[in-house]
Amino acid sequence: MDRWVEMLEIKDLKVAYGRVRAVKGVSFTVEEGQIVCLLGTNGAGKTTTLKTISGLLRAESGEIWFDGRRIDAQPAHEIVGLGLAHSPEGRRIFPRLTVEDNLRLGAFARKDKAGIAKDLQRAYGLFPVLYERRAQPAGTFSGGEQQMLAIGRSLLSHPRLLMLDEPSMGLSPLMMQRIMTTIAELQQEGVTILLVEQNAQAALSLADYGYVLETGVITLENTGRALLSDERVRKAYLGED
Amino acid sequence: MSLPGIPVAIRRRYGPVARIVTIACGVIIAASAYLPWAYGSDALDNVTYVGGPSFIQFIALGMGLVLPALVVCSIRWPAGFGRTRVGWIRGARALATGLLIIFVVIAGAISVQLGGTININYGAWVGLAAALIGFVATRFLVQEGAPTVNRLKTPGWLSILAIAVVMLVMLFVAYYALDQSNPGTFVTFIVYTGVGVAVLLRTGALGWLTAATGAHRRVMLLAAFLVAFLFPFTQGGSDANMSIAAQVLVFAATAMGLNIVVGLAGLLDLGYIAFLGSGAFVAAMLSGTAMATFDVHPPFIVTMLLSGCVAATLGLVIGSPTLRVSGDYLAIITLAFGEIFRLSMNNLDGSDGPDLTHGSRGISDTGDLNLFGFDFGATHTIAGIEIGRFANYYFILLIWLAIVILIFSRLNNSRIGRGWVAIREDEKAAEAMGVNVFGLKLLAFASGAFLAGVAGSIKAHVDISVTPDSYVFLQSSFLLAAVVLGGMGTVLGVLIGATLLQLMPEKLRFVNEYRLMFFGLLLVVMMRFRPEGIIASERRQLEFHDEDEELAERLDDNLGPSTGAVAVEGASR
Repeated sequence: MDRWVEMLEIKDLKVAYGRVRAVKGVSFTVEEGQIVCLLGTNGAGKTTTLKTISGLLRAESGEIWFDGRRIDAQPAHEIVGLGLAHSPEGRRIFPRLTVEDNLRLGAFARKDKAGIAKDLQRAYGLFPVLYERRAQPAGTFSGGEQQMLAIGRSLLSHPRLLMLDEPSMGLSPLMMQRIMTTIAELQQEGVTILLVEQNAQAALSLADYGYVLETGVITLENTGRALLSDERVRKAYLGED
Repeated sequence: MSLPGIPVAIRRRYGPVARIVTIACGVIIAASAYLPWAYGSDALDNVTYVGGPSFIQFIALGMGLVLPALVVCSIRWPAGFGRTRVGWIRGARALATGLLIIFVVIAGAISVQLGGTININYGAWVGLAAALIGFVATRFLVQEGAPTVNRLKTPGWLSILAIAVVMLVMLFVAYYALDQSNPGTFVTFIVYTGVGVAVLLRTGALGWLTAATGAHRRVMLLAAFLVAFLFPFTQGGSDANMSIAAQVLVFAATAMGLNIVVGLAGLLDLGYIAFLGSGAFVAAMLSGTAMATFDVHPPFIVTMLLSGCVAATLGLVIGSPTLRVSGDYLAIITLAFGEIFRLSMNNLDGSDGPDLTHGSRGISDTGDLNLFGFDFGATHTIAGIEIGRFANYYFILLIWLAIVILIFSRLNNSRIGRGWVAIREDEKAAEAMGVNVFGLKLLAFASGAFLAGVAGSIKAHVDISVTPDSYVFLQSSFLLAAVVLGGMGTVLGVLIGATLLQLMPEKLRFVNEYRLMFFGLLLVVMMRFRPEGIIASERRQLEFHDEDEELAERLDDNLGPSTGAVAVEGASR
């Protein structure tokens, strides 16, 4: 970890839904091998930012650079192919498809069969419960298992950058811990992670660097540890007075 | 089908009595086949004799005997063989319900055909009464857990034998049903078939059959194709039935194309008939007859591909602006496209603009095909059996249908097929997974249109004439109904749906005016009791019955014993 290389760079991003502007000029960078956390309350623009990066939404203005390539005009299905995966908010698994079909859909943008098989094994190795229940429809799963599936699914595109939108949402503390451990494991494997969370404690203790997003602008940024001890963060996101 | 159940405690108490009553009812129904059912010989296939059952009565006899057999089996093997469960009581219930429906239909048919219930003889009343009592009695039997016979290991020869039997039965059903000129017999026979399938389904035998034949897919497909190929030879040179059969094949091949669009990609297309029509018109314009509007007559293979390409191009033209919007708009626009097509074909009569279609008269002579020196218009004699004009077309349509099915299943099991299903399930999530949503939708639309276009080019020659009035909205809705009723996304279901919907109007001329009413009723009933269609793809089944305990249990069963299954099994003892 001697030299950080910029993997994702966002420059003055503005996104609007009709006339309502949700992201009002956001700039940040994610460096290779890091876990970067986007912190913020509901409606701060976190999900909108992720959706714009992955091409599901179009930016009004601003630039998105991934791996030295400008991607803000590219369609979503091409962006996945570049190695940028997005595990959307609310998991969005396909409830009526089997676990295996779900996972294979994660690899939709790829055509190398051997690589897909390898990544399938990797996902099963990471979450053995998925392997045990691979023939079952995903809708029968608990929230935590669905989250595992969602993460496993996004791993099948063999991403170099993985964007996770609120992976701890609606999970029991135990399951949340399990997910957070997995995220740390993924970083060890060399996957760069952009994490959006409301659970500041868990996210920041994991993150190398963090940004605080409030009503569409970044108000604070620092290393994860520094943010965790920052008075303003503690007040606003950790419930201390 | 979920009817309000009777409490388990009551069932336990009256179960043994109900068993005896059910057995008795089955025997009485079987015996009633030897009694006269009607006073006049015109009803059904003459059911007036004492002691000489007609064919329709013979089937009732057989089914009557199966009912006690199922009940006896349920006593002898309450849970089936070892760990494998057979749904004896489920089957008995389905059979009793079916027999009741059958006797109601029979009584109805006799009344309609002879003019009043007065013409029903005592035999039919006995059968009806026994069926009614049997129906009630089976409700008191304690049901066992969901059948699991499909997990039984089956030796190869048995699977092949099962395939052969299924094929022969299907050939016979098709032969017999097509041969019936009496609508009463036809309807009764179709109901018999339906009841037979329902009993197989409920006992779990259908699941076993599917699993056994699934292991020998190639043999199964080959056998099915062979049987269909042999069908014209059972007709003894008669072309009347072959004409119907050819229409069924055109309809089935078109429905299979629509199945890609609706069943796989989940796009609602209400103007699909226009693609069939455009293919037919292209073929007619290029047919080289006196009526053809172009002075070019390419070989039919070229015409066929051209028809498909024209239809696919139309699909792209309609699809590219509309597939970006959500489902409802697509339905409206395709509906409008169907109308635009019909009106354009009506108006391209040369009064202003080019004369391409001769307007509403259409191109009334397309001539017969002649491929590799084989004249489709002539009667050929093969192995001493005359093969007429429609039989010739039947063969080429059969080959085309086989190709369409091949394309469909290859697409379904491919990466593209998975993408389509993902789009149908959750478009936004699919997009996030890297599925090119718009591109794949467009591909579904265009490939569906292509298949319909090619089918249309053959249809133009089968029908001899091509007129705009044969390609109207009603036909689109029939195609859609065939897909939905049969089972979206399945091959077998859509084939069955298309066959039934095309065969019914041909055989039931007497309901002609009420055809649409019956059709609407059928749709309502189906949507209430079996929304996934006659044959359900596993995915679809889950979609419509996600609160169905049985299904959940069966899926659970795939993982080994579950506590729920054991509890149900215990209750049935």
